[in-house]
Amino acid sequence: MELTGAEIVVRCLEDEGTEMIFGYPGGSSLHIYDALYKQEKVRHILVRHEQAATHAADGYARSTGRTGVVLVTSGPGVTNTVTGIATAYMDSIPMVVISGQVPTQLIGDDAFQEVDAVGITRPCVKHNFLVTDVRDLALTIKKAFFIAASGRPGPVLVDVPKDVTAEKCHYVYPDTIKIRSYQPVRRGHPKQVKRAVDLLLQARRPVIYAGGGIILSDASDELTELVERLNYPCTNTLMGLGGFPASKSQYIGMLGMHGTYEANMVMHECDVMLCVGARFDDRITGDIHKFSPYAKIIHVDIDPSSISKNVAAHIPVVGPAKAILGDMIGFIKSSDRKPDTEAIATWWGQIAQWQAVKCLEFDRNSDKIKPQSVIEMLWQKTGGDAYVCSDVGQHQMWTAQYYHFDKPRHWINSGGLGTMGFGLPSAMGVQLAHPDQQVLCITSDASIMMCIQELSTCMQYRLPVKIFSLNNRYMGMVRQWQEFFYDRRYSNSYLDALPDFVKLAESFGHVGLTVDQPADLEGVIQSALAEKERAVFVDIVTDQTENVYPMIAAGCGHHEMQLRPAAQGQVVEGREIA
Amino acid sequence: MQHIISILLENEAGALSRVAGLFSARGYNIESLTVAPTEDASLSRMTLVTRGSDTVVEQITKQLNKLVEVVKLVDLTEGQHIERELLLVKVEATADTRAQIRDLAEIFHGRIVDVGETTCTVELTGMGEKLDAFLQTLRSTNIVEVVRSGVSGIARGRKALRT
Ligand SMILES: Cc1ncc(C[n+]2csc(CCOP(=O)(O)OP(=O)(O)O)c2C)c(N)n1
Repeated sequence: MELTGAEIVVRCLEDEGTEMIFGYPGGSSLHIYDALYKQEKVRHILVRHEQAATHAADGYARSTGRTGVVLVTSGPGVTNTVTGIATAYMDSIPMVVISGQVPTQLIGDDAFQEVDAVGITRPCVKHNFLVTDVRDLALTIKKAFFIAASGRPGPVLVDVPKDVTAEKCHYVYPDTIKIRSYQPVRRGHPKQVKRAVDLLLQARRPVIYAGGGIILSDASDELTELVERLNYPCTNTLMGLGGFPASKSQYIGMLGMHGTYEANMVMHECDVMLCVGARFDDRITGDIHKFSPYAKIIHVDIDPSSISKNVAAHIPVVGPAKAILGDMIGFIKSSDRKPDTEAIATWWGQIAQWQAVKCLEFDRNSDKIKPQSVIEMLWQKTGGDAYVCSDVGQHQMWTAQYYHFDKPRHWINSGGLGTMGFGLPSAMGVQLAHPDQQVLCITSDASIMMCIQELSTCMQYRLPVKIFSLNNRYMGMVRQWQEFFYDRRYSNSYLDALPDFVKLAESFGHVGLTVDQPADLEGVIQSALAEKERAVFVDIVTDQTENVYPMIAAGCGHHEMQLRPAAQGQVVEGREIA
Repeated sequence: MQHIISILLENEAGALSRVAGLFSARGYNIESLTVAPTEDASLSRMTLVTRGSDTVVEQITKQLNKLVEVVKLVDLTEGQHIERELLLVKVEATADTRAQIRDLAEIFHGRIVDVGETTCTVELTGMGEKLDAFLQTLRSTNIVEVVRSGVSGIARGRKALRT
């Protein structure tokens, strides 16, 4: 049977198993919207801004592992998606964006709502396509889904001119696809894996440093088994939280700029580092010249270009984390060599000293609500089991520090691009994917305003998202940097004229709550979490002066962390152990 | 060090801008770039000359390989290879000076391919240094225009870059 291009788009989504897409209509995508109207298999979620469509699809993808799908129109529709596409790109999230385009005969004429979508998105997509012939449409969409989800995942854009969606052709959706120029690695090289295991088993001061690749590759079980078998310390990056359970004894917390003192000291002092699915980002390494001076580095990554990009690897292993960790466990089981338990015990003794610094302690007797206490309480009250979506700023770091994730795919944040405005729309995507689960959006007064219009989407789809806004009347993270590095010149970081968030939430039809006394915090959190049907916006007035500690400042190494003021001077040196 | 990277890529609209965009986005330099279809019409061959430390060039080849449209590539400078560049140079020449230019061109195995009333054009192929040397010898004449094709290269012996 012949189908129109628009019908083909929708049939492809169906055949791809896409249950829902996030979008916003317009002239160039109207044929596709008409085809959507005539079917019931693919659910369309109407957002209030195309940026939110991409973040929602992104949250859906991060929390399920399935590809997020976005549908927008040409011109401003697609330019509005750029931030969300770049966000997904930086964190390697599988996403397919279908954008309408002006009719092929108008392309290049500066037609109404024409932009070069392929050109504009090229630097922030894994790949993109312009479809100029309806006969290529199904195959192109198949390719897009394949590319988005395989290898190192990422967003793929398919730009479809309006006339192509009107033309007809015979529809076949290919079952499988092979692209000669794109063949992602499926296994690690056994020789490299074996070399890696040999080195790992010789370690006296090892660390396992695991990133978002663990989550993307669904390798948490393998990572957990490996770490427990070896009893080596394990640290997760911001993107890797939940990849190794925070409640296990081998967990030493997050590393990097606002990581724990112990994790960063371990990174600095280690003699063998196994890095899996992480990329030695500048927020992780601190000053690269001071990075892990004694370490032999094994780097496992699916993307060869991540290896030896910032830090040279002694043993590179290219491939998916899941398969490689599985193979490593196999080699460890069959190896004659065993971990040096004596050296490891000494190492754990040293680590205990660093842990004794209690770098995440905070003032629990303050008469103001401490932001850390909010996150800690949320962690307790949700049993550590909620999906937690975050915006960007201090609140994001506190959430990473005080919500102790035990499961993968539960921590949803924009790590690579650091996109304010990500929190609420991503929480919508997560809630739609998991209608019966508790979904939190941790945000703050500045970030929430960037996609506040999505409160309307939450109402339309009755999404019971719980929004906790740590309201400090500042762009807190900016204020912190200005306090530390600009002599307290708070240039443009104070938020004048904030709305009454309670009334704002209520005007959208949600529950609005506010709290400013520490003694009332627990009750308010409990009643917000108890609400099953409706979205709740909790405006929490927190201590404005609180800063995120510990911190590695620019130009410093892992061993030069700045602790919170009350703990400074407690630093424990580590070099004497060999 | 200078590297000559030879790339087979899908002959698709936009493939070239992906390569060029990669270089500008990541701050790599391109000294020259040539591209043309191959005997297989679905593929293009690109020869790209760049300069950088070993680590930078390693990143360049990895990043190029990551582009979905890149089928295969080789760094020709890693092995024995032949490299050639085409030069077309137009110089001011009268009936009196033309013979002198022709003699010079012959020494370099070039030839005159066009003659006008006041100019003549020489064609020359070879390694970049040879073209440089030829241009040096023309210093005393007035050069009107210089066109260089950028480098093309191929590996010596049986080695070949093909699908
Ligand atoms: C779209 C965007 N613009 C600017 C920034 C820079 N930035 C990073 S954190 C921050 C302040 C965030 O303030 P808020 O949302 O109130 O969170 P807080 O730090 O107070 O917890 C800003 C402006 C950003 N990350 N994203």
